[in-house]
Amino acid sequence: MPSPSLSSSPSPSPSPSSSPSSSETLFRRITDYAHRADPYPLYAELREHKVARQEDGKYLVGTYDEIAALLHDPRVSSDVRNRTEPDPALLPPEGLPPAFIGRDDPEHDRLRRLAMRPFGPPHSPGRVDALRGDITRIAEQLADGLRDKERFDLVDDFAFPLPVTVICDLLGVPSGDIPQVHTWADTVVTGLDFTPGEDPGPRRRAAQEARAAMGLYLGELAEKRRRQPTGDMLSALANDGGPDGQLTQEELMVSTVLLLIAGHETTVNLITNGMLTLLRNPEALERLRAEPELMPRAVEELLRYEPPVQFLPQRTPLADIEVAGVTIPEGVPLVLVLASGNRDPLRFPDPDRFDPDRKDNQHFGFGSGIHNCFGAPLARLETQIALTTLISRLDGSRLLEDPPEYRNSPVLRGPRHLPLAQAQR
Amino acid sequence: MSSETRDGRRDGRIVIVGASLAGLRAAETLRDEGFEGELTLVGDEPRLPYDRPPLSKQVLLGKAGAEDCGLPGRRALDARWRLGVSATGLDPAGKSVVLADGERLPFDRLLIATGTRARPWPVPGEAALEGVFTVRTSDDADRLATALDAGPRRVLVIGAGFTGSEVASACRERGLEVTVAERGRAPLIGALGGTVGDWATKLQRAHGVDLRCGVTVTALKGSGGRLTGAEFSDGSRLEADVAVVCLGAVRNTEWLADSGLAAGPRGVACDAGCRVFTMYGIVTDDVFVAGDVARFPHPLFEYQLIALEHWGNAVAQAEVAAHNMVSPGPLRRPHLAVPSFWSSQFGLSVKSVGVPTFSDQVVIAQGSPEDRRLVAVYGYRGRITAAVTVNRAKWLEHYQRLIETAAPFPPGPGAADRLADLEPVPSDVPDPRVLTHGPTVALTGHLPDRRLTLIRPGG
Repeated sequence: MPSPSLSSSPSPSPSPSSSPSSSETLFRRITDYAHRADPYPLYAELREHKVARQEDGKYLVGTYDEIAALLHDPRVSSDVRNRTEPDPALLPPEGLPPAFIGRDDPEHDRLRRLAMRPFGPPHSPGRVDALRGDITRIAEQLADGLRDKERFDLVDDFAFPLPVTVICDLLGVPSGDIPQVHTWADTVVTGLDFTPGEDPGPRRRAAQEARAAMGLYLGELAEKRRRQPTGDMLSALANDGGPDGQLTQEELMVSTVLLLIAGHETTVNLITNGMLTLLRNPEALERLRAEPELMPRAVEELLRYEPPVQFLPQRTPLADIEVAGVTIPEGVPLVLVLASGNRDPLRFPDPDRFDPDRKDNQHFGFGSGIHNCFGAPLARLETQIALTTLISRLDGSRLLEDPPEYRNSPVLRGPRHLPLAQAQR
Repeated sequence: MSSETRDGRRDGRIVIVGASLAGLRAAETLRDEGFEGELTLVGDEPRLPYDRPPLSKQVLLGKAGAEDCGLPGRRALDARWRLGVSATGLDPAGKSVVLADGERLPFDRLLIATGTRARPWPVPGEAALEGVFTVRTSDDADRLATALDAGPRRVLVIGAGFTGSEVASACRERGLEVTVAERGRAPLIGALGGTVGDWATKLQRAHGVDLRCGVTVTALKGSGGRLTGAEFSDGSRLEADVAVVCLGAVRNTEWLADSGLAAGPRGVACDAGCRVFTMYGIVTDDVFVAGDVARFPHPLFEYQLIALEHWGNAVAQAEVAAHNMVSPGPLRRPHLAVPSFWSSQFGLSVKSVGVPTFSDQVVIAQGSPEDRRLVAVYGYRGRITAAVTVNRAKWLEHYQRLIETAAPFPPGPGAADRLADLEPVPSDVPDPRVLTHGPTVALTGHLPDRRLTLIRPGG
């Protein structure tokens, strides 16, 4: 049934015979690797349309107010099984349920609450803060190892090992298994990529297999912890229950796979983008070196300015939803471009400026609403400590490549490597 | 900025009467906005401002001491504090506040933030019995917590509004036997209507509360100056060592009786910019009001004058009032915040946006009452006016948006976790006269239910 309000859409109605208008190719262009280093002009183009229907039927939303409304709208599903045309890339491995990031209430709520019990308030309010000492120690060790190097890669030598060591330790993954875990995580994230013109089949199958293997591995580890608890999150998830009971073995597997991957890639990018941004803004860097107490606010600005998750590709309306005069039909893929909302001039004055002092900074760096980033307190703490340590211990670093080489993913966007040189003392 | 200095807005003398949440936040906002003159805060309690919500929750559970609830300051104030002395009068012509100790505080601009106090048990002799408590101040909560520590055999809670329900919840969590007496037909019915009230009835009974609705306590009995029990309107009697009187609040306006301002039992009436009206309905320009004691017109609720006993309203209204006190006319702002509040009881988090009593219908839009989670959406004449969540606070922002945009009631289909067969039902907001406890939201205009105009002071 044609939707009457579609005709009032600012973009012309699509017709199969005509060539697509430029706003209809925005998603193709955003995901095109050529725009990875600087997608922000495309986001500005998206904001002119507020809601942009794509040639393949996707709907993109890029303005702050509209994204905020949709993130809080209970009619917007995170479960891709609600798509009229299910996207096999986004489905969980055969036989396993989706993790809570891909579920709706009430199941989302139950699973997330159970996973939260050993991680945050109300049951474990001190968990993240108790990691402060460990994170600082690891960050300082890593940074000290870089001091005498003429050049190094911030990603491999610092931004990757820090959060991965922390999340593995927190969950209870032995350090000897980290390389294997990393290989799986990388394969899973690669499977989420959008590469125009390429057959995604093999990549996605590999991702499904990696996800399944990771789930089995974590499931077995949880079994061990069930017999012999070791004080980590896996032990707690395997042994402790609340009024909701316990996670089933399958739920535990998919939940911990999610935590491990999410606690992995995003923080790596946040730290790397942070250092890149500070090196591009020497005044801000000097200021933070002199006044490290400004770092928490600067990290919030970083989350706005270079968010580690650029857009959410998993949403689906459960009913026709009107947004900014456009009706987004039930069952279509709905893409919320968080990084675009973060640069909306109607919400943030002078949005393309990195302002570590910015006030009233309610960004979408961690999303918003019921799926608001589970690990946000940990990511904040890690990034605050990482950047403070880096700028206090390494002075005279400079970028060797600008822009650096980026990872393929347009969603989890960040440099693959960030080669830096240091003035030798 | 020079014109503002010339008209004295950034200097001069400001007096704030009331040193609780609204008074403190207003003072901080005044300084934030560049007020450089003399600032005096008057409070009748000897303490610095403290936070009240924990007093009926964590403090009664022994998880926090009453003395630990001090409100954190947002900034240095450079203010004179007159604590432990109440204001007894206002001379509008001479522009001064009269204090109980005889001091006169001259002002150029005044903020009234005297809030409310607990409505006492109406029979003074019975109220004075050892074992009879109210919960409003830090000292009240401290005394009640101590009494609960002593392990009373039974606690009687009189009134099943939010405070009464939270007290009952704390007692049950401590393993104490508790009886709740409510004149209305269900707990929380005065704030949330009958549909949610019925759910609260089941909740309290499931937690072992001896809930008695449709009755009043006719007498508190004592022996040797100690409470021993109570008599009910149905002829029954109860033995109890502790009685907690939760009859709602009385607005602290008596000190304004001869001020010529529009101040009375329903509060102090003001315009949308927190400027107080005189008794003739003429707006003043040097007397402002904020917090529980203010009655203000709200456009979302048909410009009825509403008074809200909500933490968030005290903060938002204080900020608007303070801004307007130091801003010239064109830069002044209206107080338009959507009302919201929260409560925690029986292990559940209850939150609300809008005004649930401003409604004729209600529908369970998400969740299910049986599963300890729900979103109840209220409508009035076909538009959404309020939403109440139980353990589902993250959805409130969506419903607030619907309230702000006067979205049609009932909400459309498609929400996650929605049971298909639930249809709107009457919201069943009772006449406040039938309740034991006073309402925490007083709608004092003529809509939507004319009976609501009959809120009266006294028991």
